[in-house]
Amino acid sequence: MRIDRNTMLYGGLLVSGIFLPLALPAFQTQIAIMWMLVTFALTWDILGGRMGYNSFGNIVFFGVGMYAAAMTQHELYFDIGQFEVISDKINLQLTPVKYILGLGLGVVIGAVICVLLAWLLGSGVLRLRGHYFAICTLGLGVAVGEIAGGIDYIGAGSGLSAPLFPLAMGPAGLFYSYYFFILSAVTFLCLRWLYSTRFGLTINAIRDDEDKAEAMGLHTTRAKTVAWCVSAFFLSFAGAGFGHLNGFIDPLDVAFPGATFGVWMVLMAILGGKGTLWGPVLGAVVFHVTQEFFWSTLLGWQRVAMGLLIVAVVIFFPLGILGWVRERWPERFGITVEENA
Amino acid sequence: MLNKLKATASAIAITGLLTSAAAVAPAQAKVEGDTITFGVAVSLTGRYAVNGKHTKNGYDLAVKMINEKGGITVGGKKYKLAVKYYDDESTAARATQLAERLIQQDKIKFVLGPYSSGMTKAIAPVMEKYKIPMVEGNGASRSIFNQGFRYTFAVLSTSEQYLKSAIDLAAEMAKKEGRALSSVKIAIGVRNEPFALDIGTGIREDAARYGMKVVIDEKFPKEVTDMTSFLTKIKALKPDVVVVSAHTVGGALFVRQMTEQKVNVPMVAMTHCESAKVTDTKIFGTSAEGILCAGQWAPELAYKDDLFGSAMDYANTFEKTYGYVPPYQAAESTAAVMVYADAISRANSFDTEKVRDALAATDTQTFYGNIKFAPTGQNIAKPMILRQVQNGKYRLVAPTAWANSKLNYPRMTQ
Amino acid sequence: MIPVPSSGDRASAVCIRRKRRVSIDTIISNLNILYIAPPLILQLLVNGLMVGALFALVAYGMALVWGVMNVINISQGEYVVLGGYVTVLLADFGIHPFFGVFIAPIVMYGFGWVLYRTVIFRIVDKDLFVSILATYGISILLQQLMNQVFGADIRRADHGFVTWPFFDDIVTIEQIKLLGAMTSLAWGGVLIYFLKKSRLGQAIRATAQNARAARTMGIDTDKVYAATYAINAAVCGVAGALVAMIWVIEPFIGLIYTIRAFLIVIIAGLGNLVGVVIAGVSLGAAENFAGFILGAEFQVGFIFALLVIILVGRSYLLDRKREYLK
Repeated sequence: MRIDRNTMLYGGLLVSGIFLPLALPAFQTQIAIMWMLVTFALTWDILGGRMGYNSFGNIVFFGVGMYAAAMTQHELYFDIGQFEVISDKINLQLTPVKYILGLGLGVVIGAVICVLLAWLLGSGVLRLRGHYFAICTLGLGVAVGEIAGGIDYIGAGSGLSAPLFPLAMGPAGLFYSYYFFILSAVTFLCLRWLYSTRFGLTINAIRDDEDKAEAMGLHTTRAKTVAWCVSAFFLSFAGAGFGHLNGFIDPLDVAFPGATFGVWMVLMAILGGKGTLWGPVLGAVVFHVTQEFFWSTLLGWQRVAMGLLIVAVVIFFPLGILGWVRERWPERFGITVEENA
Repeated sequence: MLNKLKATASAIAITGLLTSAAAVAPAQAKVEGDTITFGVAVSLTGRYAVNGKHTKNGYDLAVKMINEKGGITVGGKKYKLAVKYYDDESTAARATQLAERLIQQDKIKFVLGPYSSGMTKAIAPVMEKYKIPMVEGNGASRSIFNQGFRYTFAVLSTSEQYLKSAIDLAAEMAKKEGRALSSVKIAIGVRNEPFALDIGTGIREDAARYGMKVVIDEKFPKEVTDMTSFLTKIKALKPDVVVVSAHTVGGALFVRQMTEQKVNVPMVAMTHCESAKVTDTKIFGTSAEGILCAGQWAPELAYKDDLFGSAMDYANTFEKTYGYVPPYQAAESTAAVMVYADAISRANSFDTEKVRDALAATDTQTFYGNIKFAPTGQNIAKPMILRQVQNGKYRLVAPTAWANSKLNYPRMTQ
Repeated sequence: MIPVPSSGDRASAVCIRRKRRVSIDTIISNLNILYIAPPLILQLLVNGLMVGALFALVAYGMALVWGVMNVINISQGEYVVLGGYVTVLLADFGIHPFFGVFIAPIVMYGFGWVLYRTVIFRIVDKDLFVSILATYGISILLQQLMNQVFGADIRRADHGFVTWPFFDDIVTIEQIKLLGAMTSLAWGGVLIYFLKKSRLGQAIRATAQNARAARTMGIDTDKVYAATYAINAAVCGVAGALVAMIWVIEPFIGLIYTIRAFLIVIIAGLGNLVGVVIAGVSLGAAENFAGFILGAEFQVGFIFALLVIILVGRSYLLDRKREYLK
């Protein structure tokens, strides 16, 4: 195997993915969340960057996956009614085997539900174009979050507690750092493969001119729905993981936080450069680091800084970091610029 | 391609740099020198910002007083107290991340609670995971204490007790009027979040005990903007008691719209009267007359301790320092710090297990009330109080041992 | 070590099966209440209509900015709240807050103009999506600034108006809500007249139809955009003054007004004031009924679900004609 730059890049990432949480044990949860954000940006980019459908509602699949996995754990091991009574005999501790089993089953169920949901919703919502699609998905995200707050079965407004991470399995942050690293790696590789197939070309065609693509005989509706299902699939895993990591699931704050995670999905992909392969990854990393920096240094003013950053990025950096780089040095990307004679 | 490599590599480098910068940044944590630092994630922004401020002021005042009196003694040495704050922005996701940060990065060993049951419920599992004791004064929801947590201690009374005395009074009034208890109708309106939902559950249980009927059982969305449909239902079904727990915004809306829409119910009880400032005539006029307000504490109570004196002394000290009368949220935050400081000196060690055990064995009186923890962590030695707005002022009507006023019933029609 | 409960323990643990609220029953009983006491329907309807007129005003401002400048303003709600704060400050200084209906728009006009000159002018020629994100950033900024400047306490302006009771107090019409509705409609009327008759109004309409042609004709589109944005802010100021008197305001309460305005504009379409008014009052009434019948916890979710259903429904209808929503 030739050791070229590509291999170095992938190798470097693999190494950092494995060793970073071990080297910085105090930051394990932060690292886990960083990889989760990478997954967010990648899954958003399928629709937003590659297909031109800006979705503000991907958060629906995140939350559904979260609840599905947590409820699976509850249905398997706990009596739902336990939570009405105060007693010191009750606890949410599980053995590692039970926990992993529950989580495994939970993510499978969550993925199935999310893909079905994407298929169902897609048949209606994906008919909309442009900003109508964006607004509709925004409404969808809020609607699902509010409705979830009214369903008693999943805890309604009281929220749902995920089972406690088993003591025998070490620090939860470490486990979930790997969980999310593997998730984002798998997502990345799958998407890289997907974009190189005819399907990748189809969704690009949809972005460039949907009517022409349709006229050419491409099955646009099916392609759009499949793209959304792929997003939903990976997002459900992210949701399941985050719910278990956080320990407590609140419908509007944790499961369906449209105004935070939902919008960040969009921002990160744009920041890094939407439509590129590495753009979302870069955007997610830079965004997370910057945000954490604001939080620890600007107590009380961090949201002001965040607001300013969003405005600045959107206005001055619409192509994102990689997009901007591509404009400056197109040759490096293999694009030749014709000089007019 | 080269640029992809460069870009990603530099991103990773930046990550490394910034994270190590944050790592070596003042990690003023745990016990250093002669200062014990508590860690707190509190709501400085977001919808809980008002009470988050009260909580922070409560913590700060306690630390100030304890330090002025010389601090606490551990192992023969005197230590001062300090607090490290983060803003959880009133969201549970942020709160858990900050709790992790406090413990993992800042190496805090003693944590004080956030504001609201939702935040506390989110943080408690984190404390449990790392075995860090947390003393909190602002998370009353019963659901925090039925999950077997051993590291969370609450100085306040739990949520289902908030308006129990209101239902007891309703039963009393019904008996006086010669009515059957089963004919008493109750309307419940609670905000869709852990604390208020628990209050609703508590009312339903109390009503069931007396055989009263719950005719309206509403859950308000978190950002409630209008109570017209709820009030219209009340007009339709004419309940004898209305219980509302909708936090600050909802409480204010309820009081105003109840008067404006001419809704008359013989007994009205709610929570968060003080945060909603219902006695402020500029905002509410006399709309709040006769409303029963649940409270954890009031300055008129007869508790006292060596640090602050009586409850009234505390109120005066607080008002001198911060310029306003302390609501119970501030008082219970102060009490939390006092309990923690007391436990650390009793444990005579900074070992978290020993401190946890010392906390579990707490049995003391503070200006805020008696404090004794059940095995599940909640305070079982302090009753809730009920006050009624009479002539624009809060008058204590329950428990009867301390009552300085009789209940005005039925509530005068506005 | 904390003991793990075996299945045997589970069975014997004291527990109450969590009651699954049978929501169908609740809905039926709520409908029943309306059937028994029809004046309640009137109460919900009238209140909803009055309140809806206010929402329609905010929606109209949003439609204006959208139609003329191709900007979807997510910070609309924050302008409303700012207008509310102006009114509250007036009340603090002893001036009757109803004057806020005249003073707030003036203040907000200046504010909108400044905001345009500093930030908005950069996003006017970008695509719609960029405006959504940029104004979202602005809304976060404004919320936080208001929190720092005014504090997080809820504020309200006391207006001193009374309520007219009907039908034995079941139907109550609060004078302030009626005044609010009339004010909103009045301002709407002023706006239409202004757009039709004044030179600036005509310039705005020309720019909305075709910006390039307008420029060719000598219209300074930059000034037009600034004026449009400032007018929108002013209109929100009026709404904010009313909100501060009817309900309460606090720094983070803006989003719900933004979303409602959104909904109304989507339903009514751009450039259609009558449609906006009808959609606005219908939304106000629908909200109240949904809250009553389904239960208040579904009131907000209902509105958003409605948005989704309406959008999808309309696109389906268009699809049959082989068109799509532009």
